[in-house]
Amino acid sequence: MSLEAKQLTFGYRRKGKEPVLDHIDLTLEPGERLGLLGPSGRGKTTLCKLLAGYEKPDSGTVLVDGKPLKEYRGICPVQMIWQHPETAVDPLMKLGDTLKEGGPVEEGLLEALHIQPAWLERYPTELSGGELQRFCIARALRPGVRYLLCDEVSAMLDLITQAQIWTFLLDQAEKRSLGLVIVSHNSPLMEKLCTRMQTLA
Amino acid sequence: MEPILEVRNLSISFTQYGRGTRQVLLPVIRDLSLAVAPGQVVAVVGSSGSGKSLLAHGILGILPYNSHMAGEISFLGQPLTPRRAAAVRGKEIVLVPQGVTYLDPLMKVGPQLRKGRRDQSARTASRAVLERYGLGADTEERYPFELSGGMARRVLIATAAAETPRLVIVDEPTPGLDARAARRVLGHFRELADGGAGVLLITHDLELALTIAHRVAVFYAGETVEEADAADFAAGRLRHPYTRALWDALPQNGFIPISGAQPGPGEVGEGCPFASRCPKGRPECMGPVAYRELDGGLVRCLYPEGGEQP
Repeated sequence: MSLEAKQLTFGYRRKGKEPVLDHIDLTLEPGERLGLLGPSGRGKTTLCKLLAGYEKPDSGTVLVDGKPLKEYRGICPVQMIWQHPETAVDPLMKLGDTLKEGGPVEEGLLEALHIQPAWLERYPTELSGGELQRFCIARALRPGVRYLLCDEVSAMLDLITQAQIWTFLLDQAEKRSLGLVIVSHNSPLMEKLCTRMQTLA
Repeated sequence: MEPILEVRNLSISFTQYGRGTRQVLLPVIRDLSLAVAPGQVVAVVGSSGSGKSLLAHGILGILPYNSHMAGEISFLGQPLTPRRAAAVRGKEIVLVPQGVTYLDPLMKVGPQLRKGRRDQSARTASRAVLERYGLGADTEERYPFELSGGMARRVLIATAAAETPRLVIVDEPTPGLDARAARRVLGHFRELADGGAGVLLITHDLELALTIAHRVAVFYAGETVEEADAADFAAGRLRHPYTRALWDALPQNGFIPISGAQPGPGEVGEGCPFASRCPKGRPECMGPVAYRELDGGLVRCLYPEGGEQP
């Protein structure tokens, strides 16, 4: 029972460039909160994209509970929450419809995220980044989801919204025994959140 | 000492179309006041998307056509009229914008720094300013897309420092930078202030603002709710309950969230915009609340911390 990356290698195809990720190993157990550290440009976001299946590794595999990620059908058990929520929602869809992309929303989830019913009728440009991020989280929290990858999810938010969103995520992670991968440049935040850290050199 | 910049009761609103042809007036900044003295870094801290970037555009006189600005802005003791703003911007008042998209994508860095001048002294000056920010001579020959995030940020600072500005306005300088790069970038602004310029730093990141700012103005739902010395934060001498809530929400200070969300433009009534989330909110907070001096700072609250009742 774990999310495993084995010897992942990946490069964006440019001539003469070194791969961004070179034989990376990572293991994440349910209930664990793993912090990914490393300066800008070391491939933290790229690693998340590989783990969630948005990109395919040049070599190496991603296993979810022992089974390769690509063999899963339906909603991916590994979901990613992005740094810029405004680029992760369809700008031409009302947010209520965006939420339904992932299927029906569990009861109580919208209240717990402080999503006001009026927001469901709005378009993404009519909401702030913090408000949009709440929708992205609600959309990702499906019953079959086992692992959440949180890539700088609160970097653009004010401190109070940041604390709100993380309190909610930690609570949900515990209830659903999710494994979390957390990427952030904010070291006090990482110390507060993570049970373990891994550095991308 | 006479302030370089003084902003009093600034408001900025936009005319938008609602349903059909009905026009709606959307107040984004409702009441903003602050002052920047020579050699001082003043940070305006507010959440992303709250409209604080408009402050920079308002000072520079580059707001879009459907906006209305009211209030007083004075620069070096004289009112900053639109005509005067046009004359001093890019020279005495410079902007360090948010991102690389403010550079001309089709022009190499060198010519952008020289603003079209080709003489030898301009070349020497642009070389020198790049060197000051740790950028090699080859940077001049690069196009903006060939710069990394941190390099682009330094090029933007270089374009500002190439003149000898009296006031540097910096808009969200740190997103996308790791902690070390962010500290280095902020250090450059402190240097500009140490050289005698005033620096107005607009950011959502309270923690980073506190590392270089002398004064911090806290912006909430269109208003400045508190202005304090940076040292007041660590000393616990905070005045407004919102500032207190921000400070307590820092991961290293308790990570305590208060509930609710900041009201958007047009959702705020006459009274205190924080009243509905405030632990000390009372009925009289729904009436007008003045921005007043308290204990070496300014606060817009009827029942501030550490203050006697009005």
